[in-house]
Amino acid sequence: SVQAHKEDKPQKPVEMNGLSPVPDSYDYDLIVIGGGSGGLAASKEAAKYGKKVMVLDFVIPTPQGGSWGLGGTCVNVGCIPKKLMHQAALLGQALQDSRKFGWQFTEEVKHNWMTMIESVQNYIGSLNWGYRVSLRDNKVTYENAYGEFVGPHTIKATNKRGVEKLYTAERFLIATGERPRYLGIPGDKEYCISSDDLFSLPYCPGKTLVVGASYVALECAGFLAGLGLDVTVMVRSILLRGFDQDMANKIGEYMKEHGVNFIREFVPIKVEQVEEGTPGRLKVTAKSTTGNQVIEGEYNTVLLAIGRDPCTRKIGLDKVGVNINEKTGKIPVNDEEQTNVPYVYAIGDILQDKLELTPVAIQAGRLLVRRLYAGATTKCDYVNVPTTVFTPLEYGACGYSEETAVEKFGEENIEVYHSHFWPLEWTVPSRDNNKCYAKIICNIQDNERVIGFHVLGPNAGEVTQGFAAAIKCGMTKEQLDNTVGIHPVCAEV
Amino acid sequence: GKNEYDLLVIGGGSGGLACAKEAAQFGRKVAVLDYVEPSPQGSSWGLGGTCVNVGCIPKKLMHQAALLGSALKDAQHYGWNIAQPVHHTWSVMAQAVQNYVKSLNWGHRVQLQDKKVKYFNMKGSFSDSHTVRGLTKAGKEVSCCYNIVIATGGRPKYPTQIAGALEYGITSDDLFWLKESPGKTLTPFVLSYVSLECAGFLTGIGLDTTVMMRSIPLRGFDQANQMASLVTEHMESYGTKFLKRCFPTKVEKLESNRLQVTWKNTELGTEETDSFDTVMWAVGRAPDTKTLNLETVGVKTNSETGKIIVDASEATSVPHIYAIGDITEGRPELTPTAIAAGKLLAQRLFGHSSELMDYNNVPTTVFTPLEYGCVGLSEEAAVQCHGSDNIEVFHAYYKPLEFTVAERDATQCYMKMVCLREREQRILGLHFIGPNAGEVIQGFALGIKCGATYPQLMKTVGIHPTCAEEVTKLHITKRSGLDATVTGC
Repeated sequence: SVQAHKEDKPQKPVEMNGLSPVPDSYDYDLIVIGGGSGGLAASKEAAKYGKKVMVLDFVIPTPQGGSWGLGGTCVNVGCIPKKLMHQAALLGQALQDSRKFGWQFTEEVKHNWMTMIESVQNYIGSLNWGYRVSLRDNKVTYENAYGEFVGPHTIKATNKRGVEKLYTAERFLIATGERPRYLGIPGDKEYCISSDDLFSLPYCPGKTLVVGASYVALECAGFLAGLGLDVTVMVRSILLRGFDQDMANKIGEYMKEHGVNFIREFVPIKVEQVEEGTPGRLKVTAKSTTGNQVIEGEYNTVLLAIGRDPCTRKIGLDKVGVNINEKTGKIPVNDEEQTNVPYVYAIGDILQDKLELTPVAIQAGRLLVRRLYAGATTKCDYVNVPTTVFTPLEYGACGYSEETAVEKFGEENIEVYHSHFWPLEWTVPSRDNNKCYAKIICNIQDNERVIGFHVLGPNAGEVTQGFAAAIKCGMTKEQLDNTVGIHPVCAEV
Repeated sequence: GKNEYDLLVIGGGSGGLACAKEAAQFGRKVAVLDYVEPSPQGSSWGLGGTCVNVGCIPKKLMHQAALLGSALKDAQHYGWNIAQPVHHTWSVMAQAVQNYVKSLNWGHRVQLQDKKVKYFNMKGSFSDSHTVRGLTKAGKEVSCCYNIVIATGGRPKYPTQIAGALEYGITSDDLFWLKESPGKTLTPFVLSYVSLECAGFLTGIGLDTTVMMRSIPLRGFDQANQMASLVTEHMESYGTKFLKRCFPTKVEKLESNRLQVTWKNTELGTEETDSFDTVMWAVGRAPDTKTLNLETVGVKTNSETGKIIVDASEATSVPHIYAIGDITEGRPELTPTAIAAGKLLAQRLFGHSSELMDYNNVPTTVFTPLEYGCVGLSEEAAVQCHGSDNIEVFHAYYKPLEFTVAERDATQCYMKMVCLREREQRILGLHFIGPNAGEVIQGFALGIKCGATYPQLMKTVGIHPTCAEEVTKLHITKRSGLDATVTGC
């Protein structure tokens, strides 16, 4: 059995599963399992307070054999390469616009996938390196090894050569994040890729089928189309579940009008290889979700983006008694990021009912460490966390969606102010004049406090950030009206 | 014949039109007089005022043209194969911009019509405090029993003490209407952002551009000079030539039709010359009051600036005569403030409102190649107001993600936040240099309006990856002397 311990007393030795008793003093004050956004931020913070910290990071290769260095999802296969490729696509659009602004160059402009991949991977490589240096400078021990619990206060670290080492620590922080989910249909692991593979794909994906309707699916479909590829998105039901549906539909409309094909209410049931190659040719069979219709299509690449699963099932949590949600694999924690086992904490994407965002993981990690070692009391504020979806028409949001606001406060108690706008920069190149859109949702009963902010347009992230700060300050509609706009920018709307 | 109006607005620019249209919403009889005296070089334009015709709008579009030039270079790093050479044709850009501006002129006319505001394309002049005469050949009179709003704005000044300045130089009034490329351009003096913005986009579209500065740039924006220096430093690395500690003494026309400019170099004590295709003056703007006949009705103006003196309700020294926008003393010369002031004025006059315009914490942006957005107090002003012991300045040098692959220099990408040191650490000012500065600053301006404090900002989670998120992570103070360069996440 596992005994509860007071954190400042040495632990009593306990025999567990035939392992040798845990010693009185631990190897480390804190062991962090997972070297991603949350894990690295927390470990460096702890080291600042003079704690002995170790980070274990290990990437299990993808079914296609892909892997990467230190830094986690965001740096290697998430936010960073995604934004860079989104930028590449935006630049393609800028090229078209520039002609209207007087720039002249040859009619035919083609995109070279390999040039982009190399540049992006070089940059990521520099970040991996930077993190290793940073950990060293901060005196955090780093091991490229797979960590799993084997008993109270004890983990086993296995490196890629299979060498095992045991380590003990007073406290543990689980920050193992997630990996893309597969469909569980014939041919998925053999022939399909995921976002884990896309950002380092050593050949142009060609005609691509993106399966899914998450922001990952739409962002990837968006930039692939922007680079000139033939892209189709297969959606089971709705787009961007969990996001404001009014905005989600506008995003979908925009993508459709800009060359992305959508197949709605179908799911793939089989993927077969027609021809090998880089890329090869794949045949996808899909079934309707509303009837018996079956369709077939041929693509060079099939990208699965149907969701992500937490890496919590094979890290020995049962050995120390940490509860997880059996269905989702997520870890429930209290408002101090503590699991049901007092000396085990968790942050980041693996948390139940929390947002899967890098800045949230970093914030949670740092504040947790300050509470543990610096006597701080501030808890992570998960309310009104702003996000941005980097689809071709970007979507920034903070606070309630219209649906959740109506649900929580009642339709008669909220007021929605909205406006279409036409970015000045889009006028000259005659780009769409009624696609950009902004809306705010106000709580009538609370002085018309702004409880939701949504904007669809260029640089949505830059626009939304400041509004998020204002919402944090309890901004009301009146205060918003009284703030003078900067002219001419999109944000003044 | 005489016509009676509830409100007469002299000047159909940002402020004037906003005021007129708002008043019309209350069912009032409103008229707008708008007239553009051609520039010395002969440039003229339609309804809409400075912003629409020779200010914000064409400026931002040409700035965008320059930014797209940079985007073309970046694109190659991101895998786009663009065959060289790439070049820019002024006339294509100018025509596109001018066409858009004309569509706005038309749009404004339609809007006035829709809102039943009467529009007269004529110059207004006071006959008496309730009568304004339209200066057409017929000297048509337009009288108003109740309220008159002066919103005539300003026009660029000429340094008439410099020989040849008026005859051979152009101003922003002309630049945006040029049909042919300005070619090799000189902008002497940097007393305002206008010269830097123009020099910036001219450089960006590939023109040989020189800025001449007598002393420090952007006086008044941030007198610590830090932000202004970063902006001009960037322009230098961007390709704009700077002649520092120099001022022009004369401009002459050569046989080739080019212009020869002579200047004094105060550092070396020498006199130098060079030839240019265009010399553009941006030495400030003078309020357009000459033909208004203000003395007759007794509207007081500031003896130094010539601007109309108004109180907090935009009232002049004469009852029922108001003034808004660039023409008023002590107000920011910005379109959004003129619009807001105009609307509020109309609401007070006809809508029983008592709300006054709040001119504090108005955000602005300078659209130089690397943009500078700010809201609130400059560091200097904060020190002056509160004392350097009572303020804390948080700052950071950062690198936009998009610059990495593009291999762009981010040396001048910088932000700083000026806060009170005591208790809640209220934010007094925020300054940001980088791409999309206007988009970044706008939301934070709202926060500052709500009395945002440093702790509140730190509680705000960042959006990743953006430049704006760095604002929520500011933690190195100037006082600490530590290196303020942001490292990875």
